Amino acid sequence: MCLAVPAKVLEVDPTRLRARVDYLGSQTVVGIALVGGVQTGQFVLVHVGEAVQVMDEEQARDGLALWREWLDDSEPAGLP
Amino acid sequence: MTTVNLLAYRDPELFARLLRRIIPALEEQVQKLGRRVRIMEVCGTHTVSFSRTGVRQVLADFVELISGPGCPVCVTDQSDIDHMIAYAKRPGTVVATFGDMMQVPGSAASLRRQRAEGADVRVVYSPSQAVDLALENPQKQVVLLGVGFETTAPGVALSLKRAARDGVRNYFVYSVHKLTPPALKALVEDPDHRLDGFLLPGHVSAIIGRRGWTLLELLNQPAVIGGFEPLDLVVSVYRLVQEMKRPVRLVVNNYGRVVREDGNPAAQRLLEETFEAAPARWRGFGMLPQSGLEISETYRAFDARVALPVDRPVTKAVRGCRCGEVVKGKETPLQCRLFGTACTPERPLGPCMVSDEGTCSIYYQYERSHHRDRREEPHEDYALARGWRQPDA
Amino acid sequence: MRIMLSHGDGGSLTHELVAQVFRPVFGDELLEEQGDAAVVPSPSGHLAISTDSFVVQPLEFPGGDIGTLAVAGTVNDLAVSGAVPEYLSVAFVLEEGLEMALLRRIAASLARTAAAAGVRVVAGDTKVVERGKGDGIYVTTTGVGRVPEPGRLGFHRIQPGDHVVVSGGLAEHAVAVLCERAGIRFDPPLRSDCRPLNRMIQDLLAQFRGVRFLRDPTRGGVATTLKEVTLGTGLDIQIEEGRLPVRPEVGGALELLGMEPWYLANEGKVLIVVAPEEAGDVTAFLREYPGQELAAEIGRVSAGHGDLWLKTPYGGRRSLGMLSGAPLPRIC
Repeated sequence: MCLAVPAKVLEVDPTRLRARVDYLGSQTVVGIALVGGVQTGQFVLVHVGEAVQVMDEEQARDGLALWREWLDDSEPAGLP
Repeated sequence: MTTVNLLAYRDPELFARLLRRIIPALEEQVQKLGRRVRIMEVCGTHTVSFSRTGVRQVLADFVELISGPGCPVCVTDQSDIDHMIAYAKRPGTVVATFGDMMQVPGSAASLRRQRAEGADVRVVYSPSQAVDLALENPQKQVVLLGVGFETTAPGVALSLKRAARDGVRNYFVYSVHKLTPPALKALVEDPDHRLDGFLLPGHVSAIIGRRGWTLLELLNQPAVIGGFEPLDLVVSVYRLVQEMKRPVRLVVNNYGRVVREDGNPAAQRLLEETFEAAPARWRGFGMLPQSGLEISETYRAFDARVALPVDRPVTKAVRGCRCGEVVKGKETPLQCRLFGTACTPERPLGPCMVSDEGTCSIYYQYERSHHRDRREEPHEDYALARGWRQPDA
Repeated sequence: MRIMLSHGDGGSLTHELVAQVFRPVFGDELLEEQGDAAVVPSPSGHLAISTDSFVVQPLEFPGGDIGTLAVAGTVNDLAVSGAVPEYLSVAFVLEEGLEMALLRRIAASLARTAAAAGVRVVAGDTKVVERGKGDGIYVTTTGVGRVPEPGRLGFHRIQPGDHVVVSGGLAEHAVAVLCERAGIRFDPPLRSDCRPLNRMIQDLLAQFRGVRFLRDPTRGGVATTLKEVTLGTGLDIQIEEGRLPVRPEVGGALELLGMEPWYLANEGKVLIVVAPEEAGDVTAFLREYPGQELAAEIGRVSAGHGDLWLKTPYGGRRSLGMLSGAPLPRIC
């Protein structure tokens, strides 16, 4: 119901509450009023031209790592 | 610190390994139930993702996916759609809309048809573009059709704040924004619902948080919040099936990279400031308490319903249209006698056929061919038979 | 300066417009003769004739304008029919109030594109409509080409087992135009792929006898064009999503807008159905041409029921129909 993509923040304009972001090589400007304190280098989730959440990179990495570990584990245990 | 490779969530090889690992658990549940697991994917973007990636088909032996009330176009009541079209007919009015709404059939016409007849209808990508339109057209009234759930409403809220701050007096919003949890509550409380569990919308959850789904926990429903990439889809389904096996169910957050326990408090505060929860009419559900967002007292000057009323249009239901049952997951489009005959994406009669994430449109695009009668022989010699190809050409 | 109604009435202002705007850029001796019709030497054998009207908004977009498009569109239609484009006629419908400078730019780019394609603009016409009755500029071009080998290409030549090749990245024209239209700015701007392909296609046909069918996947994109092929032949085609070439930045923009690259227009790409043994060489050959660096084999033809299938990287496949309705940016 809500199309959104994770884009990387390249530059923050704190007075106008806007940021230049990159998604797969295409750059555009989005609003950041909903994600106060967002910083260059972070990923934000963009929907209708607004960043609606800051991506938790640690979680993004850990999530994948957990799934990979689970695959490598020979014991047929469930994901936690 | 290495930066995260978000594209890894699309890795086909990792997907295939996960799938192999997960299938035994799905099989086990199918055996236990004596039928396929019935999962409602609440969110229309999930519906699209399952179909686009082919994951729907890959899981089809084990899981029956049922699309829920998560396509904003589909759950918008017919009278609201007619109201929106009435704004397009209003002299001196510019209607700004997300592309999703353009083809939705009202009782008499669609926005696209109104535009052909001279109405000023503009497709915008972001609500702030609608405020720009108001600034560029000071002699006209610009009405943004505020469609969408908790994810979209904050963007519209920001446009209201900007209009108020900058004194834009010709900008209005016709809000039919809706809140997702009340619709799920209605579904679960329906005694003849046939659902084993819910895949919850990841981007709505980014705003309302895992906590936003407490009511499902209180009702002990298996539910998983999931993302939209292929790996997210398959792991979410697996975790949902695991949750079904537990006696006491918690709402599982399988989209931790985006969804926090509390969601986005700044967005929630903004919604509280600009909107108030109110009863709203949903297609298929009827009136649901506290399930819609009306523009708050403070921003009433921008509420199209109040500041720019139009005559109540005549609303006619489409005879035979089963969209109401389809959005509740009680029927599939194949049970509708209009599906694929009178109602097609080219000439949609119901909203579920219009939106790319509407169940009927999805079935038409992705599922119909699997159900089509396959008794005829392949046309190996079709071109030959028509004389287009010489034998042994 | 701006276009006035009297620029189209055939009087002195019309002559001035032709003398000052069109003749300097087109400058073909046949146009110089200013007859009511261009009299051209006739190539022997079969002719291909194609006509197309161009109504694009905005008139100028990253990577091209309505002038480049008006040449590329018609020239490419001729080329994929196996023709060698020779002559072009150009008709402009101008809206009163149009900026003269804009018209000059577009006429110049049209002339430049035609020259680069080796096609002569030999006839032309200009009309002016009242303000509000046009969209700035409409252009209609008609092209004439000679056909060295009639019947060499077509549905009738396509066979089960043939491969499908696309000459480069998908959706570049549509994305450039849609973003301009929707007021969505990308940086650097996403550029249209708009360009004439006749020279490349002539080289291709000269070198590869196994080429069976060509089409330029314009409106409706690769999927709609291939669906026309499956319906026209009764054969099936399966394309693989993982093989479809899309520039990453185009793919990113499309995800933001909620659109699928296979339904979006290309103006500088060609779809090729080719015998399997030549498919690899054809792909390598195409990659040498500007704008075609991403040329790829994307699928295969098989016996079937006239279905077009898209195989996803995750094991499923789905049937694709023609594009229904104009593609619009979505939020959902």
